[in-house]
Amino acid sequence: MCSLCGILGCDDHWTHAVDRPGVFTRNTDRRSRRVESARRVAAANRVLSFRRVTLAEWQGTSYVVSNATGASSVFESFSHLWPEAEALSGREIDPLDDAVIGWVGSQ
Amino acid sequence: MIPVTLLTGFLGSGKTTLLQRLLTDPGMARAAVLINEFGEVGLDHHLLDRIDENVVLMKSGCICCTVRGEVADALLNLQGMRTRGEIDFDRVVIETTGLADPYPVLQTLRAHPVLRSHFENGGVLTTVDAVNAARQVENRAEAVRQIAAADRIVLTKTDLAQEEDIAALCATLSRVNPSARVLTSMDPTDAIVSHLDPGVPTLPEVEETQGNHHHHHHLNEDLGVVTFSLTVKESVDWTEFGIWLTLLLHRHGDRIFRFKGILAIAGEDRPVAVHGVQHLVHAPVHMKHWPEGPRTSRMVFILEGLDPERIRRSFAAFMRLKSVKAVA
Repeated sequence: MCSLCGILGCDDHWTHAVDRPGVFTRNTDRRSRRVESARRVAAANRVLSFRRVTLAEWQGTSYVVSNATGASSVFESFSHLWPEAEALSGREIDPLDDAVIGWVGSQ
Repeated sequence: MIPVTLLTGFLGSGKTTLLQRLLTDPGMARAAVLINEFGEVGLDHHLLDRIDENVVLMKSGCICCTVRGEVADALLNLQGMRTRGEIDFDRVVIETTGLADPYPVLQTLRAHPVLRSHFENGGVLTTVDAVNAARQVENRAEAVRQIAAADRIVLTKTDLAQEEDIAALCATLSRVNPSARVLTSMDPTDAIVSHLDPGVPTLPEVEETQGNHHHHHHLNEDLGVVTFSLTVKESVDWTEFGIWLTLLLHRHGDRIFRFKGILAIAGEDRPVAVHGVQHLVHAPVHMKHWPEGPRTSRMVFILEGLDPERIRRSFAAFMRLKSVKAVA
């Protein structure tokens, strides 16, 4: 369930869509799903490190973002990553910001 | 899955007239129709319902769950009647108001937990008035959004416009939305009906393939609407691309009217087509083969008030992240 608005089962995200004919996804079997999920968390963390926020998967069903003071937030849908991370860090993460571009490019 | 076709177009562009015509086609005999308001043009169709004006826009800080309550209710009602055997239909057509942005309805189909199991995006058909559209595109962002969201464009009132004006308008349309197929209301009804389903998005030819490059056209200086394409010779890391695009749309989706791309994904032989409207990204299409021409990743964006050069730099910086290793 979406922790923000209560809508059920909303984690059909386009980056890891439910496997069906004609759709590109790596959400095909347990191994591919786990490998892709680990890569996704690592890729997100390279960006999130700009705000000293880290992302981790929790039991393969949810995500946890934490900040440097130990505050954390749990959410189920990948589409909530950026709103949750920004809320936790208290500042926005703008991919068009020169500082973010520079940071990500240097990682 | 029942396809839902969205019929949109600026005020007075002939949406209802076109709908009236389409409904006479045998291919539309089992279509259910939802309209926002009863206009001057009378519609006579056995499956016609009105979307209640009680607008419930559920927007609780979370874009993914934006649901147009009235559209959802109307579709749920149709589905309920279908399940009970009271009516039968094989397609739904929703006619939006002339100032509507198509995005919230598309998002409703994607986000609603019940609707998304029964209905699918059947494409956006936008009517464009050959007499007045050139002025509307210059002055009204809504008109640009509707054209940008279109899978198919039907030019109306072509009999009232000069040929050179129509040619100029077609040139403008292809800049706003290079991938939409343009039909005219003079085309046979069955030809328009046969083009309703969107299929795989098409992209314009690549003009240049040497290295990374970008080019853009200003459509309107006042509105700051720009079409912009990115071409990348190297293959793209799907995971990094997902991180970049989700963050870009999270922060700037309101100003990205439309984007389409065909990507050479690292480790994949066949290309992947990605397209969406504002914050919404459709399920990526795993294409059967590359279209004619060079096998180069390319993306087209239609933007308002964003700097294409900054997007290019952001994309380049995010895609350079090569250090991630697959965890076996």
